[in-house]
Amino acid sequence: MALPAPKQDATDARLAAMTLPESGVWGKAAREDALSRVRAMGLPTARDEYWKYTNPTTLVAADAPEAELFANDETPLYDSIDRLKVVFVDGVFDAEASDDLTLEGVEIDRLSDAMSKDIHWVKDLYGVLETRGQTPVERPMAALNTAFATDGLVIRATGKVSKPIALIYKHESTSSDAILHHVIRIEEGADLTVLENGPAAARFNKAMEVDVADNGAFHHVRAQGRDHERRANTHLYGRLGTESVFKSFTLTANGRLTRNEVVLELLGDDAQAHVAGAALGDGDFHHDDTVFITHDAVNCESRQVFKKVLRNGAVGVFQGKILVQPDAQKTDGYQISQSLLLDDDSQFLAKPELEIYADDVACSHGSTSGAIDEDALFYLRSRGVPEGPATDLLVLSFLAEAIDEIEDEAIADDILSRLEAWLARRRG
Amino acid sequence: MLEIKNLHVKLEEEDKQILKGVDLTLEAGKVHAIMGPNGSGKSTLSYVLSGRDGYEVTDGSATLEGEDILDLEPEERAAAGLFLAFQYPVEIPGVGNMTFLRTAVNAQRKARGEEELSAGDFLKIVREKAKSLKINADMLKRPVNVGFSGGEKKRNEILQMAMLEPKMCILDETDSGLDVDAMKLVSDGVNALRSEGRSFLVITHYQRLLDHIKPDVVHIMADGRIVKSGGPELALEVENNGYADILEEVA
Repeated sequence: MALPAPKQDATDARLAAMTLPESGVWGKAAREDALSRVRAMGLPTARDEYWKYTNPTTLVAADAPEAELFANDETPLYDSIDRLKVVFVDGVFDAEASDDLTLEGVEIDRLSDAMSKDIHWVKDLYGVLETRGQTPVERPMAALNTAFATDGLVIRATGKVSKPIALIYKHESTSSDAILHHVIRIEEGADLTVLENGPAAARFNKAMEVDVADNGAFHHVRAQGRDHERRANTHLYGRLGTESVFKSFTLTANGRLTRNEVVLELLGDDAQAHVAGAALGDGDFHHDDTVFITHDAVNCESRQVFKKVLRNGAVGVFQGKILVQPDAQKTDGYQISQSLLLDDDSQFLAKPELEIYADDVACSHGSTSGAIDEDALFYLRSRGVPEGPATDLLVLSFLAEAIDEIEDEAIADDILSRLEAWLARRRG
Repeated sequence: MLEIKNLHVKLEEEDKQILKGVDLTLEAGKVHAIMGPNGSGKSTLSYVLSGRDGYEVTDGSATLEGEDILDLEPEERAAAGLFLAFQYPVEIPGVGNMTFLRTAVNAQRKARGEEELSAGDFLKIVREKAKSLKINADMLKRPVNVGFSGGEKKRNEILQMAMLEPKMCILDETDSGLDVDAMKLVSDGVNALRSEGRSFLVITHYQRLLDHIKPDVVHIMADGRIVKSGGPELALEVENNGYADILEEVA
């Protein structure tokens, strides 16, 4: 079927400027397959239902819009945490700045190397979860990523990995357009934490496919950098085996445009998936969390906790879905999306969805928008806490449920300190 | 300590006069009680004194140690030594009770130009004061008032009072929702804080609380005014005969 003309034009314009990166035989096949899917679906336009609240034009455009660089003078995030650092500058792996990629219990390779080798588990995973995630909702930007990703890591955890792998994304060129793709395999009983931070590029398209085998655990904490100008569209895929655990938390403070998509499938019984996000926007800020969780096994638990603090015209979007397949009995699904609007100019658009085909499940969802609680504010002020710090305390109170999803206390404390600093800066 | 003169207050949102000329002089070290039927303006008085939004002072004044407090922000009144124990303490999820207490204590110290308490010193003081109010470590760790029973909330108010060491304490129906044991615990906490330099204004419906916290003066409030003042025996009179007789007498 022919695509609508504007979609066809947008797709042609973007693809005209791109060439598939060099890869080995299987890599080439995977990329070509993804490219044909992009052509068939067409890239998103503002008229697509799934992009109703977030205009994809600048994410799709042939050239990345310029993004001014931002000098971050804070202590680097996770600095006090013993971690294996992997640095990407404008989407290119920087070996000099990175640690040696050897760590007990885990194999780490650069994607560009892995794609010309015959590593069967990478072959079985690259673009596979992305492809599965194209139904029932098309995600052409993710297919575009699979086709054109120039860098990334392939990580295979075989045991309990002693320290987190920290992916650090630096942004040093005002016009950089980065496409990164990571594939991660958590083998049976293995346990890995991946940290991410930084703006990555002027425009960033990232995909991360995570396959968690039975009894495996994957922990993920990311912060998307303080740059005001950057644009990002990220895709986080997870496939969960029996009794496996998948936990992801994202902090987004600033950024002109961010769309974080999460697509999870619970395929093994008794699996547990938690995704959470805290977003803080001031002014020219558009932040979109789009989440799709499919329960396809018995007695699984999923939690979505997304909180946004918006001021000066900032916009927050949440599209979250829990799909419970007929056999997924005893599903425990929870979804909460809330915004704290600090003034009348800010906006929160939410589309929470439940689609349930099993009859013995407990699923709940809620979505709210509200202002600072005046009673609580007065309570704090009556104890001597001035209005500014009292408001900050209530913002942190609002975000607490999301922050609580970070299991590691040191990491949670670090994230919390960033939030406090962000709020304090805005108080002047 | 606290001097209220001819205080007139209306609701900001609607044209409704709540306080219609309250006069009250509370000396240092004294305990005054205010009793009165529902809707007489008792709680409004406590909110106006502590600076809650939504009220408009149309006439009169209120001074704390000679300083006009009605133009001050709530936090400035707190730093000046005013404390309101809430009738309904507010729950603040996600903020640890200890963090809250320390933020409050240090904010006030800062406002008064004093040095902030170190984490160690603070912890020592808080533990000691919590112990006498039977507030355990778990309650200190939990988010402010979240999941607290009625009694725990009120004890937590008194702990805040003990930590902040105000000069002028207003207790707004601190006895509501308390069983006999809890009332004794809370009253003991308040009595332990009684001192020459500290005054209390105890707002209550019932004489019962005043058995524990013995007032020097009892005021009866009705329709936005203090209509009668007397000794502790006035509270007993209310307990035995209700407000009707007194109101009739002053009408």
